Amino acid sequence: MPVYYLAKRVGIFFLIVWLAATLNFFLPRIAGDNPVAQKVMQMAALGGNLHAGMQDMVKEYQSKFGIDKPLWKQYLTYLVDMTRFDFGYSIANYPRKVSDMILEGLPWTVCLIMGTTLISFVIGNVLGAFQAWPRAPRWLTTIMPPLLAMSAIPFFLLGLILVYVVGFSLQLAPLYGGYTAGAIPQWSWSFGLDVAYHAVLPATAIILGSLGGWALGMRAMMVTTQGEDYVTFAEAKGLSDRTLFVDYGMRNAILPQATALALSLGQLVSGAVLVEIVFGYPGIGTLLFQGIRGSDFFLVQGIVFLVIVAIGLATLILDLTYPLLDPRIVHRNA
Amino acid sequence: MGLTWMNYLARNRELGVGLALLLGMIAFAVIGGLLVDPQNARPLSARVLQPPSWALPFGSDRQGRNLFAVITTGTLLTLRIGLIAGILGVGIGAAIAFVAAYYGGWVDSILRSIVDIGLTVPNLMILIVVALTLRQGMTVNVMALVIASLAWLYPARTIRSQVLTLRERAFVQIARLSGTSGPGIIVKELMPNLLPYLMASLVGSVSAAILASIGLDVLGLGVFEAPTLGMTLYWVNFTGAVINGWWWWWLAPIVVVGILFIALFLISIGLDEIANPRLRRQV
Repeated sequence: MPVYYLAKRVGIFFLIVWLAATLNFFLPRIAGDNPVAQKVMQMAALGGNLHAGMQDMVKEYQSKFGIDKPLWKQYLTYLVDMTRFDFGYSIANYPRKVSDMILEGLPWTVCLIMGTTLISFVIGNVLGAFQAWPRAPRWLTTIMPPLLAMSAIPFFLLGLILVYVVGFSLQLAPLYGGYTAGAIPQWSWSFGLDVAYHAVLPATAIILGSLGGWALGMRAMMVTTQGEDYVTFAEAKGLSDRTLFVDYGMRNAILPQATALALSLGQLVSGAVLVEIVFGYPGIGTLLFQGIRGSDFFLVQGIVFLVIVAIGLATLILDLTYPLLDPRIVHRNA
Repeated sequence: MGLTWMNYLARNRELGVGLALLLGMIAFAVIGGLLVDPQNARPLSARVLQPPSWALPFGSDRQGRNLFAVITTGTLLTLRIGLIAGILGVGIGAAIAFVAAYYGGWVDSILRSIVDIGLTVPNLMILIVVALTLRQGMTVNVMALVIASLAWLYPARTIRSQVLTLRERAFVQIARLSGTSGPGIIVKELMPNLLPYLMASLVGSVSAAILASIGLDVLGLGVFEAPTLGMTLYWVNFTGAVINGWWWWWLAPIVVVGILFIALFLISIGLDEIANPRLRRQV
């Protein structure tokens, strides 16, 4: 891989990080002189939850971003804070730092999204490949319309339906939370099972909602692949169905799907955030919801910044590994 | 003429079913809106938490909104947000795409970089920060504009690639050789040929805009006074209506939102077939 391409791709990643931080800094300031400090006061006055330390927080904020400092100095301070993932204190839960709160929720969200993406990507692509396979069982074609219908609906809507049908009516799975209330998070079998049990419904909502999209894309790619000369030739050679299907068909059809995965990451995360809210899942999404409800500006900003950086990083990694999947791709100076 | 259209819709079943679902829903919202006073979509206009009855066909919620009034006005409000943001998005996106693809060169590379970077960033996250900043003055129209501010990115990218292939076709070359100006070629030669594609793009944008608006609503960044479908789902979630067994409260909005997205999805598949005839009955 040429250094030029690598440098350009990494450069774009840092550009995204810088833009996200800049947006976070300037947007609230366009709206007013110092709306963040105002918001802190307002919160303290309205909510009546004026903690003893709240004054310290305002003071610290003023010393960093006070109006006596020139804007460029404030901006630089802010950028430095962002690169250290220092998002300040949570307004609603004062003595806690935003970065600590995010760190607590992050594993939940990362596991949920990575797990569901992996499962739905594999199952969806296999299903889609079979759709285009003339010798596939009949019943496979009948599940396509419902899958497509579900892929058109937002994840959290499927989540609400699942909560009602599976959780509320059939009482087969828990309705809420990431683990049984009162359980102490620890590394043990029983707690692990409890967590898995609670993850079933939110994960199912995301998987059901994404299967159709993968299957549709894979079906189209398989149809194209099967028209290729090398497949006809392989068929004429008398290669087994399995070899034809897996090595000649899927191996080549999967490549654009990997690109599609990189492109759909943002939407996937946005969808998962809303699913977390429906289930009160203890991840980033629920945290974001709490932040918005409590006008906890720093918390919301921190989460937004982190999600943008995470998705930028994931896209970067996928882009850089793509040539490994498809050796024909050579990045030239373009 | 009318008959050939019917024949086409019978063959392009996705488009037919999608249009029927969408028109049926608009008809329901408009006619239903005439039967009930839209003011009843406000809190305290009915007894709280009533299951469906003749007087309250969809029941009422915990704040005493008449849910029939909520759904009929909400469907139109949500569609309005989608249409405003979608039309603006495709309009701006198409204008940028035509300019970038037709003129090429550094204009194209700058615009393309902006679009590529913009698409790597999850839109909803940006919209959250913008909506949080504008929270005090949020109205349905402001929300539509907020969503439109990012809705042009995707159309710009896809339409650009379409224009690029079209630009090299013989009829465009001939127009150019006959001395037609750049804008003239864009308006007279490129636009009409891309019309089906622009329509498909519009449907996709409207759908994405509605999804974004419902997402913002559910996150609690919507217009609290406006009975949009998203706000209804926000209250459903906020009060735990599902696990409290108030089924009538969440059933109607979920069904309507579900039908809406499925209808738009089917229409966009159907329009794809018009825009790209090679897809016709291939599978």
